[in-house]
Amino acid sequence: MSTASVPLPNWINYGLIPLLNLIVAFLISGFVVWLIGESPLAALSLLIEGAFGSGEGIGFTLYYATSFIFTGLSVAIAIHAGLFNIGSEGQAYIGGLGCALVALALDNYVPWYVTMPIAVIGAGLFGAAWAFIPAFLQAKRGSHIVITTIMFNYIAAALMVYLLVHVLIVPGKMAPETRTFLEGGQLPKLGWIMTMFGSKLGAAPFNVSFIIALFAAWFVWVLVWRSKLGFDMRTLGMSPTAADYAGTPHARTIIIAMLLSGALAGMMALNPVMGSSARLQVEFVGGAGFVGIAVSLMGRNHPLGIIFAAILFGTLYQGGDWISFEMPNITREMILVIQGLVILFAGALEYMFRPAMVHLYQQFQRA
Amino acid sequence: MDYYDIFINVLSSTVRLSIPLIFTALAGLFSERAGVFDIGLEGKMLGSAFAAACVAYLTGSAWIGLGAGVVCSVALSLVHGFASITNRGNQIISGVAINFFIAGITIVLGQAWFGQGGRTPQLPPDARFAPIILPGADAIRDIPIIGPLYANVISGNNILTYLAFLAVPFSWWVLYRTRFGLRLRAVGENPGAVDTAGISVAWLRYRAVMCAGILCGFSGTYLAIAQSAAFIKDMSAGKGYIALAALVFAKWKPVPVMFACLLFGFLDALANFMQGKQVPLIGQVPVQVFQALPYILTCVLLAGFIGVAIPPKAGGVPYTKER
Repeated sequence: MSTASVPLPNWINYGLIPLLNLIVAFLISGFVVWLIGESPLAALSLLIEGAFGSGEGIGFTLYYATSFIFTGLSVAIAIHAGLFNIGSEGQAYIGGLGCALVALALDNYVPWYVTMPIAVIGAGLFGAAWAFIPAFLQAKRGSHIVITTIMFNYIAAALMVYLLVHVLIVPGKMAPETRTFLEGGQLPKLGWIMTMFGSKLGAAPFNVSFIIALFAAWFVWVLVWRSKLGFDMRTLGMSPTAADYAGTPHARTIIIAMLLSGALAGMMALNPVMGSSARLQVEFVGGAGFVGIAVSLMGRNHPLGIIFAAILFGTLYQGGDWISFEMPNITREMILVIQGLVILFAGALEYMFRPAMVHLYQQFQRA
Repeated sequence: MDYYDIFINVLSSTVRLSIPLIFTALAGLFSERAGVFDIGLEGKMLGSAFAAACVAYLTGSAWIGLGAGVVCSVALSLVHGFASITNRGNQIISGVAINFFIAGITIVLGQAWFGQGGRTPQLPPDARFAPIILPGADAIRDIPIIGPLYANVISGNNILTYLAFLAVPFSWWVLYRTRFGLRLRAVGENPGAVDTAGISVAWLRYRAVMCAGILCGFSGTYLAIAQSAAFIKDMSAGKGYIALAALVFAKWKPVPVMFACLLFGFLDALANFMQGKQVPLIGQVPVQVFQALPYILTCVLLAGFIGVAIPPKAGGVPYTKER
C-alpha cells in the first residue's frame, strides 16, 4: 500500500505538516540571509519587532493581512471546485476600478457607510466580470483556466494603465491616478480596536475592510461546507467524473465558483483603494493576488487557516519592511523568496514529508 | 525616412525581441511535450539572466556567463522535476513557486553583492556577445532592397541569435526523428504505454525538463549579456508567459513555435515603433493595445475560434505507476 492513502489524524494533516513546511521554508531563507552576511536570528527578531513591536506595526500587519484574506479566499474557493485561479491579481485590479468608480460617484453626497456596501458590490461585480470570461472559456470551450487567467492578468494591467493614463487621470497632473476621494469615499480606520488594547494605531491604514474580510471568510465557510452549491463544488473538485454521474451541473458550477472567486479577489481592492490611499493608483494590488496562492495553500484552503496564514504573510510583509530598513543589505524582496519557498514546500512538495510522517505515526501507534 | 527603412528597422527589432521567446518557447515545448507543464519558464529565464550577468562580470567571459546561465536554469528545472515528477506535486504550483523565488532572490543577492538596487554592474564589451558582421555585409549594403535587409537584419546579430534559429530545426529533428524524441512525445500522451514498454517514465521526463532548462538558460543569457549589458531587476517582464502563449499558439510544434514567437516579437516591435504615432483612419492607437494583443490573441485561440489547440494528453498529470 502506498503511503498516500494512509489516513493521518487532522492535527498532523492540518497542523504539523504545514508547520514543518513553514519551518523548512524559513530555514532556507535563513540560509540566504546568512549567505548575504547577516545574522538570521537578528533578522528574525527584527521581523517580529517590526510586525508586533508597536501598535503601528500591528496595524500595518493587519492591513496587509486584510488584503491577503480576500485573495486567499479567492484562490481557495476556486481550488475547492478544482480550478487553479492564478488570476486573482488581475481580478483585484479590475475590482479596484469598480470600487473607485463607486467612490468617485458617491463621495460627494453620502457618508462612508452608505458608499461602502455599494463599493463592495461594485468591486465584487467588476472582479467577477473579469473572472467570467476565463470561467466561460474553461466551462464551455475547454481552454485551460491557468493560461487564460494569466493572460487576463496582463490584459487587466494594460487596460488599467490605459484608463489611468488617458481616462481617469486628473487633468493637469502627471501621476497616473484618480483624484483623492472625499471622506464619503474613504473607509474609516479601526483605531478604536487598538485603543481597546491600550496602544495606538499611528499612521497604519488598518481599516473597516478587515471586518468585511472576516465576514467574507465566514461566508466562504458556510458556502463551501454548509450549502448545496458548496457540495457540488467540492464534488467537482475531487472527481469531475463522479460529479457528472451525480448529475452536478458541470459548466454552471465552474462558472459560479469562478465568479465568486473573482468577486472575492475584487473586494480586496476596498482595502488599499478606499481604506488606505483613497485613490486608484497604478499597480495598487502589488502582488497580493499572488500572495493569495501561498496563503490558500498554507491555510489548507480552509477560511480559518487562511485567516492565520494571511496574518502570517502580513507579518512577513510588515516585518520585511522593517528588516530592509534596519539591514539595508536585505531588501524587501526577501519576502518573495520566503513566499516562493512556502508555495514550493506547502503546495508542490506537500507529499514530501508525508511518508516519513506516516512511518513515524504508525510506529507511534504500535508502541 | 522612407518606408523601406522603417520596414527594415521594425524587422530587425522583431528579430531581436523574438530570440528570448524562441528559446523559452522551445524549452516549454520539450517540457510540455513530455507531460510536464512549466509555468516556471519566466523564473528560469530571469534566474539564468542573473547568473549569466554575475559570472560574465566576474570572469569577463561571455561564454562562461552562458555556462552559468544554463547551469542555473537546469538546476531550477531539476527542482521542478523533483517536485512534479518524483513527488507527484502540482506542476503549476511548483512553477509559480519558482517564479516567486527567483523574482525575489535575484534582487536580494544583486543588492547584497553589488549594491546597485538589484542590478549588476555594466558589463565590458568582452563579457558580452558581440554582433557578428557576416561576410560581404558592408560590400552589398548599398544595393537596394537586398542590401539593407542583409546588412541590418540578417547580418550584425550576435551568435545566440543564429543559435536560436538553428535550435528550431534541431528541436524538430530531436522530437520527430530520434528515438528519444519519439519516446518523449509518447510520455506526454500516454505514460502508461511507455512504462509498459519498459522505459522509465520518470527518467524520460527528467531528461525533458533538463532540455527545457538548457534552452531557458540560453534565453536568460541572451537577455542579460547579449541584448543588454547587465542584469536589470525583473528584466524578463512576462516574456516567459508570452513564450507559453506562443507555445499554445503554435499548437506545441517546433516550426510554428518560431513563427508564433516572431509574430509576438513583431507586435512588441510595432508597439515600440507606434508610440505616439498616428495610424491612418484610426488615429493614435494606445500602446497598451499592442501590449495586450498577444494575450488577447492567445485567449481567442484557446477558445477555439481560430483552430483548436490540443495540449499533450497527459500534460499536468503526475504519473503514478500503480495504486
